[in-house]
Amino acid sequence: MDLQRLKKIGSRAKKALLSLILLLPAMLVILPILLLLSGSLMDTWELGKYISPAFTDGGGFVSWKLLPDYPSFAGYGKLLFETPQFFVLFWNSVKLVACILAGQLLVAVPAAWGFAVYQVKGGRGLFALYVVLMLLPFQVTMLSSYLVLNELSLLNTHQAIILPAVFSTFPVFLSYGGFKGIPYQMLEAARVDGAGELTIFVRLGLPLGKSGLLSAMVLGFLEYWNLMEQPMAFLEDKSLWPLSLYLPEITWGQAGFAFCASVVTLIPAVFVFVIGQDYLEQGIIYSGLKE
Amino acid sequence: MTARGKMGKKKRRFFYLFVLPGFLGIMIFVLLPFLDVVKRSFTTAVTGEFSAGKNYQAIFQNQAFLLAVKNTVRFTLVCIPILVTLGLAVALALNCLKEKSLIKSAYLFPLAMPTATVVMVWKLTFYKQGFFNLFLTRIGLLTGLWGEVRRDYLGTAAAFWVLVGSYVWKNMGYTVILWLAGLAGISGEMLEAAKVDGAGGWQRFWRIMLPNLKGSLYTIVILSFLNSFKIYREAYLTAGAYPDQSIYLLQHLFNNWFVNLELDKMAAAAVCTGGILMVAILALQRLWEDE
Repeated sequence: MDLQRLKKIGSRAKKALLSLILLLPAMLVILPILLLLSGSLMDTWELGKYISPAFTDGGGFVSWKLLPDYPSFAGYGKLLFETPQFFVLFWNSVKLVACILAGQLLVAVPAAWGFAVYQVKGGRGLFALYVVLMLLPFQVTMLSSYLVLNELSLLNTHQAIILPAVFSTFPVFLSYGGFKGIPYQMLEAARVDGAGELTIFVRLGLPLGKSGLLSAMVLGFLEYWNLMEQPMAFLEDKSLWPLSLYLPEITWGQAGFAFCASVVTLIPAVFVFVIGQDYLEQGIIYSGLKE
Repeated sequence: MTARGKMGKKKRRFFYLFVLPGFLGIMIFVLLPFLDVVKRSFTTAVTGEFSAGKNYQAIFQNQAFLLAVKNTVRFTLVCIPILVTLGLAVALALNCLKEKSLIKSAYLFPLAMPTATVVMVWKLTFYKQGFFNLFLTRIGLLTGLWGEVRRDYLGTAAAFWVLVGSYVWKNMGYTVILWLAGLAGISGEMLEAAKVDGAGGWQRFWRIMLPNLKGSLYTIVILSFLNSFKIYREAYLTAGAYPDQSIYLLQHLFNNWFVNLELDKMAAAAVCTGGILMVAILALQRLWEDE
């Protein structure tokens, strides 16, 4: 056999091996999902049999079957038809996420446009401040948020979660990345043609810079669907809680129920992930963009 | 007035128009209340009298605060290097493949999984009788090297490593995407030229790729740091408000002080943490811009 071909086969084998090694961690992603799915389809008795060793101190380990012996939709039935609280919490989550994202569109996107298009003295300094605010963890601003929400008597209402999140600077940063990619000459040309600044923003800016704001929406959705710290601190009334806080409250005695609730919580996130993956990647790249 | 000056004035007007609404929100919800927090950090909690640096003195003599700072610093120092180097290794390997979108999705997906749904899987895995010990025991039996493994991972110092693992699991995709974007920015011609000049694979990596990835490294470190604070969700849900000593983080402390209404300590700690982070971020920004 000639050397060329041998080399070619070698490099192919190397690549196949590489893919295999890289796919190994993918197992770590797939297994938890399979575990949740199969758990949600087991009946109480079967699930109990598998996981009970975890709570009794006797011998034996938990065990599992990816294909349940007695598949049943009873868990889902109970969740969807007999548990009205679940719907309340589900809609709480939906409402919080929808209001936050809509608010961010109204507030953060124009701000990003302002920073990207109008180079004004002091603008850079202000933008640096936005970046710092974006990077401060919730715990640092927790007390200040509490004080102002208390002052406005918004504690224990959904606005307590929505309003501070609307003014988060992360979406400004991401949308800025999208707007920055629009060539300056294009805007100048529109100005020469007599377009007003607002028209330029709506007709040119939004369509051309949409990747930035869409990625802000996708990353925002995943973040706020998973919101925990803020509702934990500012919502006392459990009927106002989002799903993400409620799930961990379900006890092991109702494990089957917990599995179903987890799967239902997971579905919107998976949906957004699948639809928005390109924007998600774009958003991550924008978040790393040098200004 | 010159035409240029007129243009500048118009620019300023529109800059304000776009940026101001969001900025007002930030003033109300973040900046002004933070000033209040600074003021509170110098007064007593109940009477509001000026207490000089007493609150600061108190937190620096507080065992819980010192433990939390130590753990948080330790967690960051362990996690970020692991995440950054593993991410780079994966990105370099992925870069050799043509078909990378599937593998990229697999790495990204954990970002989309709500913490509450993951926690149940984590618990089942790391309980004393959970899947991980089952796996280790099986391997032990198979190879005859060890017998049954019955370690508790969540209630002991091992919890720290469980947290490190779940942090890496969650943030790997983010890091890989940023590294890939950085790698894509390195000109192929330069690498080709180095190859022609006889530079080996390692040499090309050290001399050409790494120096060109400095910008990516900065962003990745900053964003990994930001995300490292969100590990509180996993920590709180698996181990509660008072977990094992090894994972008692600043976030736990802030939350517990908040629950117990120890607002004066909280104010002092928020000012310290916020101040240190702000200085660190601004210094890094400055360093980065100088290049």
